[in-house]
Amino acid sequence: MTTPKPASSPRQVLLEVRHLKKYFPIYKGLMRKVVNQVRAVDDVSFFVRQGETLGLVGESGCGKTTASRCILRALTPTSGEILFREADGTVTDLAKLDRRGLARFRPQMQMIFQDPFASLNPRMTIFDIVSEPLYVHGMRSRAERTEKVAELLRLVGLRPEYMQRYPHAFSGGQRQRIGIARALALRPRLVVADEPVSALDVSVQAQVLNLMLELQEALSLTYLFVAHDLSVVKHISDRVCVMYVGKIVETAPTLELFAAPRHPYTAALLAAVPVPDPQRRTAIQELPGEVASPANPPSGCYFHPRCQFAVERCRQESPQLEEIAPDHFVSCHRAAELSLPGAVSHV
Amino acid sequence: MNTGNPTPATPSTPLSEPAALDDALLITSQEEERVSVASNWTLVWWRFRKNKLAVFSAVLLIFLFTIVLAPDFFSTMDPETTDAKLAFIPIQRIHWFDEGKLRPWVPAVIGKRDPVTLRMVWTTDDTQKVYLRFFSAGYTYQLFGRFEANLHLVTALNPEDANRIHLLGTDRLGRDQWSRLAYATRISMTIGMISVILSVVLGLLLGGVSGYLGGLTDMFIQRLIELLQSLPTIPIWLALTAALPRTWSPERVFFAISIILALRGWTTLGREVRGRFLSLREEDFVLAAELAGASRWRIILHHMIPTFTSHIIATSTLAIPVMIVTETSLSFLGLGLRPPAISWGVMLQEAQNIQTLALAPWLMIPGLAVIIAVLAFNLVGDGLRDAADPYSH
Amino acid sequence: MHPPAFPLLSVQDLKAYFYMDEGVVKAVDGVSFDVYPGQVVGIVGESGCGKSVTMKAILQILEPGGKIVSGKVQLRVRRAGRPDLDTGGPNSAEELLDLTRLHPNSKLMRKIRGAEIALIPQEPMAAFSPVHTVGSQIMEAILLHNKVSKAEARQRAIDAFRAVGISMPEQRIDAYSWELSGGLRQRAIIAMALSCNPRLLIADEPTTAIDVTTQAQILRLLRDLQREKDTAIIFITHDLGVIAQMAHYVVVMYLGRVMEQGPVNEIFANPRHPYTQALLKSIPSVQSTPRVRLPTISGSIPHPFNRPKGCPFHPRCTQFIRGVCDSAAPELLAVGKDHLASCFLYQSQEVTA
Ligand SMILES: Nc1ncnc2c1ncn2[C@@H]1O[C@H](COP(=O)(O)OP(=O)(O)OP(=O)(O)O)[C@@H](O)[C@H]1O
Ligand SMILES: Nc1ncnc2c1ncn2[C@@H]1O[C@H](COP(=O)(O)OP(=O)(O)OP(=O)(O)O)[C@@H](O)[C@H]1O
Ligand code: SF4
Ligand code: SF4
Ligand SMILES: [Mg+2]
Ligand SMILES: [Mg+2]
Repeated sequence: MTTPKPASSPRQVLLEVRHLKKYFPIYKGLMRKVVNQVRAVDDVSFFVRQGETLGLVGESGCGKTTASRCILRALTPTSGEILFREADGTVTDLAKLDRRGLARFRPQMQMIFQDPFASLNPRMTIFDIVSEPLYVHGMRSRAERTEKVAELLRLVGLRPEYMQRYPHAFSGGQRQRIGIARALALRPRLVVADEPVSALDVSVQAQVLNLMLELQEALSLTYLFVAHDLSVVKHISDRVCVMYVGKIVETAPTLELFAAPRHPYTAALLAAVPVPDPQRRTAIQELPGEVASPANPPSGCYFHPRCQFAVERCRQESPQLEEIAPDHFVSCHRAAELSLPGAVSHV
Repeated sequence: MNTGNPTPATPSTPLSEPAALDDALLITSQEEERVSVASNWTLVWWRFRKNKLAVFSAVLLIFLFTIVLAPDFFSTMDPETTDAKLAFIPIQRIHWFDEGKLRPWVPAVIGKRDPVTLRMVWTTDDTQKVYLRFFSAGYTYQLFGRFEANLHLVTALNPEDANRIHLLGTDRLGRDQWSRLAYATRISMTIGMISVILSVVLGLLLGGVSGYLGGLTDMFIQRLIELLQSLPTIPIWLALTAALPRTWSPERVFFAISIILALRGWTTLGREVRGRFLSLREEDFVLAAELAGASRWRIILHHMIPTFTSHIIATSTLAIPVMIVTETSLSFLGLGLRPPAISWGVMLQEAQNIQTLALAPWLMIPGLAVIIAVLAFNLVGDGLRDAADPYSH
Repeated sequence: MHPPAFPLLSVQDLKAYFYMDEGVVKAVDGVSFDVYPGQVVGIVGESGCGKSVTMKAILQILEPGGKIVSGKVQLRVRRAGRPDLDTGGPNSAEELLDLTRLHPNSKLMRKIRGAEIALIPQEPMAAFSPVHTVGSQIMEAILLHNKVSKAEARQRAIDAFRAVGISMPEQRIDAYSWELSGGLRQRAIIAMALSCNPRLLIADEPTTAIDVTTQAQILRLLRDLQREKDTAIIFITHDLGVIAQMAHYVVVMYLGRVMEQGPVNEIFANPRHPYTQALLKSIPSVQSTPRVRLPTISGSIPHPFNRPKGCPFHPRCTQFIRGVCDSAAPELLAVGKDHLASCFLYQSQEVTA
């Protein structure tokens, strides 16, 4: 299988993931024998360019969180390469590094979490939380840290006076801002955001999305934005990767993906999104069946039991990710012949 | 946005323009301000103090601890003084008023030997008054084993009457029960505390190692815990304590018993610590610290341990009464502490047969002390457990 | 759609408070709306605005500490052939019953839950007990409300499973709830709710915890069932997309009060209340332009103990009128046909008109 090669573009590739796999063993019995494996991430390849937002969408359990944690090396991948380009241009494979080797890369990649409650230690003040990365990376002077934390809080739209408060004094949206301030403390180049707005109230989601867009522009950040909400992903991403049962089925520039999807699963996903417009009532279209289990994936194309276009070949042979247009990669045997409806009429 | 070539980040300069301030939910009242800067322990305390029963029990425990620290202050005489002539003196009731004035006294007891049974029969004589004084000088003792002191909670007004006060009566050997109870409180409470502290140390160490390292170590420690928990406790304790040489000094027996109690006591705590370690490892804020580059030790010391200390304290508080009851039972059976050590169990040994009970029911009072202490520890422990996690609803 | 003349359920100025150590939580503070037979009423609102508590108050299943303080919940009940619902009133086929007058544990209230009003609870795991098979629990509900034999009840349960599109209903009926996948479990819950042919179905966020493709299946199912059986549905969600797809009539709630209610097309095309307007603008949609600043609602939802005085939305409202909005709460008044809003912007107009 080929890995998606970035088309020539003015931007450099910051992160390239090649054939990433993460299998979790399933144990059974007293002797903890390995009886099977959950193929949470099953041969995933994609790249992220400097300064862009790559959205990663898929349904629950398709491996988004696992993939993003492997990239941050919170998990050790089973196999594959995670190529990260540093500011000076050197490219390193993070998958091969141990704890000590990773230390140098930690400040360059940070994470924004989904749960605004679980991600802040309730026993630490906001100052302690936001300044921890600074302290760990050698900023020992308290005055210096105080100044820096104040600057970070202002940056995310919080008052520096809040510094001595504990997380319980803040609402979900504000906690998410605090989490963003912590992630930005070390001036990372890549920010992995795992469902950063899905736990927030609808009226607060937009605030956080706006903040993320503003910060990206101001600090030239690169985002890997993981979410299951297609509307949110469409709003924030330059390009989108669609995952299904541990595999990437389609990667394309956002507008192209939403207007002219080439993979039947992407099309089904788009059709399932309820449109907030009562005039477009016929929109609910259902995809039959259930998501396959990553412990027992079907043969051939994992999507074939639910795919209305499946042919014999789909049952036997696993399709490969192929570039069918510039920056548009699809993994479907019939990608070239199918014409599928999108969610938006214009490109 | 996102068209041209982005300029590379320049870390030394100020970050950028601040975002619009989120002003709408400024905290307004002072009460809220107070809550918003309240640390974990403040919140635990606020929650704990709402539980009136637990607060009352805590006060009771503090009182018991002062007895533990200075039993001599509370006693009226040396608990070891025996005088066979003064055996089985009943409880003397304290009268607070004398002829309408506040002047506490106890009636003197007068013994007559029963001509048939040859036993002393005591009657109280309200006409002979032994006056009491509070916070006054009595026999001298070593406070904390270092300072000479002679202050006592209660003494006889008249120093000659010093041996005539037996607030809780006397036992078979004429020893003053009130004073003995003060000493027994010290030993029984301390043995409970020491064995729990030992359990906590063992539990934290083994549970922490088990939870943190995982793998084979974890498996081994888990099996060990299961083994220890599946052993029938009473026979094991009986065997172990019976094996203690009779020649050992009371102090050595005391520590040996604490260790024996702790040997099984740590398993519950070990489990709890391991469970918390495992679940904490998965917490987002721990991952955040890890991604920030914090070392393992920093994560354990700054994130994991503070998160479960309140739970550990609650669990340990709940473990103390178990230890106290175990020690009492063992000593009662003659297998724990042995005289001359004084503990609640040792004292209760005196109340072992029906005859003495019928004759001198006040010898069961140490049992009351056990019940009160156990209840108080349980109520405080429950209160702490409920308050331990102030962030849940 | 043409609503019949009389509502099936009429909630009038309902207030339900929780009395706690820390103070009183006014979870529902004056909610009114009607549900007509065969109508889908969508209730939207952000987390904590009192959607679930309103439904629990209607069914009188509030958690301890919660009390209905005032208001009416009038339900039109069938009497014909249902002597168990006989309230001793005049001998008509239907009659109005104020549910708040009934004792929560009375026989009549228990009959109404399930037989007249069925609930799809918000926590799908709470709907079924893990120690009994789903089939036996559905049969129990059928036996409670109908005089049928066990075999008949089982057959009805299997039919209900088939009706909600569960394949192999004969086998699945003997499964435990934890053996079913999220989508199947949700279908089983719907089967149980519909097993006694209720006239009103309350679906409390039936699709929030499940994936979009499964959500589409469930929405389609509910819509089909509603059309077939003409069941009225109260559909609770915070997803405006789902509301647009499902509801005929929409009630927008904020902090325990109704901000606006009206026909779905009106609410989406012509929202009148500042909160509804802001909410609709702030959500990104697959249709909207990507990577632009979204209009936002500033601030966040206040803590339930500090409800703002006056209009509950005033600290976040851009059209806030000083001295008016922060002193008294506006009433829910008509701003169009079947369209009501609770906002001083429209009430002053009415006064001047
Ligand atoms: N530590 C683990 N051990 C075993 N299986 C795991 C583990 N972590 C994840 N999995 C499994 O791997 C698969 C992918 O999980 P992952 O959390 O990455 O999904 P996701 O796409 O993030 O889903 P969601 O939208 O629910 O967050 C799931 O089937 C999950 O059950
Ligand atoms: N048992 C309870 N005790 C005390 N307060 C409660 C209780 N149940 C709900 N509340 C409070 O009542 C308010 C309304 O809660 P409710 O569950 O109705 O919200 P909701 O609109 O259903 O939100 P969600 O979208 O999160 O389900 C909240 O502020 C909540 O804190
Ligand atoms: S490969 Fe076949 S089954 Fe898979 S998506 Fe394409 S057409 Fe469908
Ligand atoms: S009543 Fe006033 S504050 Fe409330 S929504 Fe209307 S204009 Fe805004
Ligand atoms: Mg996830
Ligand atoms: Mg709810």
